[in-house]
Amino acid sequence: MFLEPLLTGITLGGMYALVAMGLTLQYGVARIMNLSYGEILVAAAFAVLWLFTAAGLNPLLGLAVVVPAAFIVSWLIYRILLLPLVRRAKTRDALEVDSILATFGLLFVVQGVMLVIFGGAYYSYSFLAIPVNVFGVTIAANRLLALAFAAVIGLALYLGLTRTRAGTALRAVAVDPVSAQLVAIDVRAAAAMAFALGGGLVAAGGVLVSMFLTFNANIGVVFTMKALIVVIMGGVGNMLGALVAGLILGLTETFVATWIDPGLTLAATYTIFLVILLVRPQGLFGRSGR
Amino acid sequence: MMLSLPVKLIGTAALVALLACVPMVADGYRLSLAISLLNYTVLATAWALFSGPTRYVSLATVAFFGIGVYTVAVLGEVLAWPLVLLIALGLGMFVALIVGLATLRLSGVYFVIFTFGLAELVRQLVTWFEVNITRTLGRYVFLDVTTDQIYWQLLGLTVLVFVAGILIRRSRLGLALRVIGDDETVARHIGINTTAAKVALFVLSASFMTLCGAIMAPRWSYIDPAIAFNPVTSFQVLIMALLGGVHRLYGPLLGVVPLTLLFEFLLANFPNHFSILIGIAFMLIVYAIPQGIAGLLEKLTKRKGAAS
Repeated sequence: MFLEPLLTGITLGGMYALVAMGLTLQYGVARIMNLSYGEILVAAAFAVLWLFTAAGLNPLLGLAVVVPAAFIVSWLIYRILLLPLVRRAKTRDALEVDSILATFGLLFVVQGVMLVIFGGAYYSYSFLAIPVNVFGVTIAANRLLALAFAAVIGLALYLGLTRTRAGTALRAVAVDPVSAQLVAIDVRAAAAMAFALGGGLVAAGGVLVSMFLTFNANIGVVFTMKALIVVIMGGVGNMLGALVAGLILGLTETFVATWIDPGLTLAATYTIFLVILLVRPQGLFGRSGR
Repeated sequence: MMLSLPVKLIGTAALVALLACVPMVADGYRLSLAISLLNYTVLATAWALFSGPTRYVSLATVAFFGIGVYTVAVLGEVLAWPLVLLIALGLGMFVALIVGLATLRLSGVYFVIFTFGLAELVRQLVTWFEVNITRTLGRYVFLDVTTDQIYWQLLGLTVLVFVAGILIRRSRLGLALRVIGDDETVARHIGINTTAAKVALFVLSASFMTLCGAIMAPRWSYIDPAIAFNPVTSFQVLIMALLGGVHRLYGPLLGVVPLTLLFEFLLANFPNHFSILIGIAFMLIVYAIPQGIAGLLEKLTKRKGAAS
């Protein structure tokens, strides 16, 4: 009873890491604390479910449809809903409070729409549910595939951010939005781009998660919460931190669920969060001083 | 329009006495409406008590409310009523103290994130406790508490919240909190123990929410964790407080009255679209009237004063 939860935990942790990377972009670069973040994940899961059952589209091809769509929707959300708040905000704290409130409202709107369409029932679909043997442990092929895709997407994002001009601009804005303007970076465009990228990442997470987990219209909040905790744990704006913290969270949850009780996973998550807050509030890899 | 203190006191006493007579004249529907008005008044005012001056957005109202409800569900038939209330109060304050000590010494974001999932965490813990230890998920509450008594208790609690609010405003703690809300760094520099002030107020605010839940519990005859810790409650309280305005003690009340009536109407007519509609209403408030009705009124009266 060690290898199996280990593999499951790594898969789950990979999903958390991917989702948290998007959130850390939105919060670190665009400075928007997005409480409706997980709703995009659920919407993407439902979109892929619908494409798969109605049109017979392979969920992995669904990625190519859903992710760009989420990117555009997130970009529009930023331009239409959040930019007025950015303009209105006098300080960074004021923007934080306003964005928390606005996206909290958005959470209920999006969740409400999905509840009207799909109801509160749990959904899942069967895609590549073939047992595969890895190191003597049987695991469903869709989980391994999801993990592989998450790794590829995460790596691509990391390289994009560290090796390209546009990525460097985004990181510059994350470090200091005022000074970034001095080196001719359009901060608002960069923020919109980071917010949209975050939306695309969480949609990718939603598609991958839907391949092996059951989901309903209400679970977005749980993903938002876990992503927030991972972001804080890894240090805001820190991609590698998000990866490590996501894996820690996924592994802890799986081991608690297998060895102790599935009903206590959230308690485990919160215990980790509490310890981080008490010991290292700047995050595992964050710089101190904020 | 400044009234002298005795006039204010007599006026308030008369108002409370008048409100206390409501159960004698109102029919069942109106009384239950009055109870929800008082319920939300307590919750929204208690919310604004902490979040107004400090500007820390708490999303955990229902965590404390639910603790109150569930304490009554578990202990209501075993112990005497005042003792049950006292235990609920103790539990609520204990949880608030832990949350406050862990997050309030840091910046506001940590607090928001922690409160965002707190209700869900408590709900899961209660569910786990009930399933594994007491083996009863969902409880029937048959208490000898009449609707009239619930109303009177809530009215008493409402008076207490307002008295607490007035006293805090006039105390050193109130002044300290306003400085914290304006600039926390300055507050620390002039020697305010910001963490202690914030934690104290958060615990106070949470204790009112817990008591409110405990008093409201006999309204349901069946309680399970999903009912007690319904996230929509936190959301409703937040909207009401923001619509009314959080910088004045009476502010939330201005939001509670119209929105309780609106929610009642929406729930009766569009039960399936309820969460969409309140979400839209909330966003309208955030965008259009960020200072709330109280802020709007003040701006209007100030402008009038300047013109004359």
